[in-house]
Amino acid sequence: MTSNAAQLPIARTTGVLRHQQIAFVAMAGVFLLAPLVVYPVFLMKVMCFALFACAFNLLIGYVGLLSFGHAMFFGMAGYATAHAAKVWGFTPELAILFGTASACALGVLTGLLAIRRQGIYFAMITLALAQMVFFFCLQAPFTGGEDGIQAVPRGKLFGLIDLTNVWAMYALVFTIFVGGFLLIYRIVHSPFGQVLKAIRENESRAISLGYHVDRYKLLAFVLSATLAGLAGGTKSLVFQLASLTDVHWTMSGEVVLMTLVGGLGTIFGPVVGAAVIITMQNYLAQLGAWVTVVQGAIFVVCVLAFRRGIVGEIGHAIRKAL
Amino acid sequence: MEIFGIPTQALFGQLLIGLINGSFYALLSLGLAVIFGLLNIINFTHGAQYMLGAFCAYLLLNKLGLGYWWSLAIAPLLVGATGVIIERTMLARLYKLDHLYGLLLTFGLALIIQGIFRNEYGSSGLPYPIPEQLTGSRNLGFMFLPNYRAWVIVASLGVCLGTWYVIERTKLGSYLRAATENPALVQAFGINVPRMITLTYGFGVALAALAGVMAAPIYQVSPQMGADLIIVVFAVVVIGGMGSIMGAIVTGFGLGLIEGLTKVFYPEASNTVIFIIMAIVLLIRPAGLFGTQK
Repeated sequence: MTSNAAQLPIARTTGVLRHQQIAFVAMAGVFLLAPLVVYPVFLMKVMCFALFACAFNLLIGYVGLLSFGHAMFFGMAGYATAHAAKVWGFTPELAILFGTASACALGVLTGLLAIRRQGIYFAMITLALAQMVFFFCLQAPFTGGEDGIQAVPRGKLFGLIDLTNVWAMYALVFTIFVGGFLLIYRIVHSPFGQVLKAIRENESRAISLGYHVDRYKLLAFVLSATLAGLAGGTKSLVFQLASLTDVHWTMSGEVVLMTLVGGLGTIFGPVVGAAVIITMQNYLAQLGAWVTVVQGAIFVVCVLAFRRGIVGEIGHAIRKAL
Repeated sequence: MEIFGIPTQALFGQLLIGLINGSFYALLSLGLAVIFGLLNIINFTHGAQYMLGAFCAYLLLNKLGLGYWWSLAIAPLLVGATGVIIERTMLARLYKLDHLYGLLLTFGLALIIQGIFRNEYGSSGLPYPIPEQLTGSRNLGFMFLPNYRAWVIVASLGVCLGTWYVIERTKLGSYLRAATENPALVQAFGINVPRMITLTYGFGVALAALAGVMAAPIYQVSPQMGADLIIVVFAVVVIGGMGSIMGAIVTGFGLGLIEGLTKVFYPEASNTVIFIIMAIVLLIRPAGLFGTQK
């Protein structure tokens, strides 16, 4: 297993590199200027999914663990945030924090089970656990079953800023996205991140060097779950809705697809992938079930011929890690 | 008559449903285990191929007028042939890469197949009649046993045990097991391993299609019929561990029964009980009940 893991795309991750700074400024600039020409709610959706995909990429790209159940953190945090905001009347920042904390707790529980196996088994276990969470959400009284939690109030940030104003909401989502992105960047480039990469490349060697591999994996899993929850909680406030769609396995598949299209193990890949997939869904929405077919076809093409993904290919062409 | 305060009719009825579900879990997890043994990939398309088997039976009946027994032979062959094409044109290019790419590719294929059928036939189920010879039911004294359900359990057990016999007790099976251990060495002895891999994938897929045909009269034929089932089967595979063929069969039937019992005693958990068992097994025996940790 370990020798095969080496064939996943490898990102060089030491130091803050100048071209990465330029790329970051470009990305932030796009999200700051784009609302002048593009519908802001659409951009907020892209940012939520971009953060979700970045969180997912933390596991697959840097620890080599493919989770097929990340929707459970995304969707569960959405429910928790929506419930806290609507029923308990939490202010938005506390509601999102509560949602994120729920995802973190769920991450600890599922992570302890999932990291007991590797490779393909890890993917199957996370998928099965996510399906269990899906059935829980379908039956639990607070989620509203098929209806979901609707008309979630956006409320006032810190009790001061009215988030029903679309620009205030946009600023909040932008801040959360950039904050989450920079945190992931920091994690990947920290000594902790280097150990994660060592585990991905050669787990037995990392063990023989004295690292408690399971602790590192669990922490990476929980961090990834928590950040996915942050994205899910934010999304439920943007759309004022938490529904079963966000905990369903198709959502887990979508985040895998976004990351794959953008480039596994690249820093900017998940953001580009999320933008591409969300845009595609937007334009193909009237085609109904053909969206699924197109997504499946993209999966197949990416795996067979385009394994580096968009950002990975660009990075390969200019010989720099993006 | 009551047992633990539950009417026996209800208890045995649910146990029967459990055994039926278990038959399908066993057939599907057996196919997954056979494919995994040689190809080292988890076939995510398995659920879609099970659905293809059921649709094949439906189309053979409604377009060509060929009945259940014809379908039982033709559908696995047709779907198995598509499996062979998939293996030759796509999966074969991935063997040198991380196994996760095989998972991603088959997941994409499942989305394509299920999406196309949903466009064509919508999400609602289509009925498929029980074959004439197997309509009706017999009185066992404590319950009524529909003939078709008895047939499904017997047929599934037969196919499972037959597969086990071929793999564990015949010369062909010994080649297969040897190729699982060390493909390069088996090839050096002059055995065409790539062809064996192709046929194994085709066989695993044919098993899924066979399960689909058998399921058509019981569950309705619908594009989504395999999508959720395959996740449960994954959990079954994790519980059993993929090391042994017999393990896959025993776990499949056993978990079907447990699920049936849960429906009687605590219906709220019937959807999740298999996942809960999976969590417990992971805590106690991470390699699975019949697996060996490498």
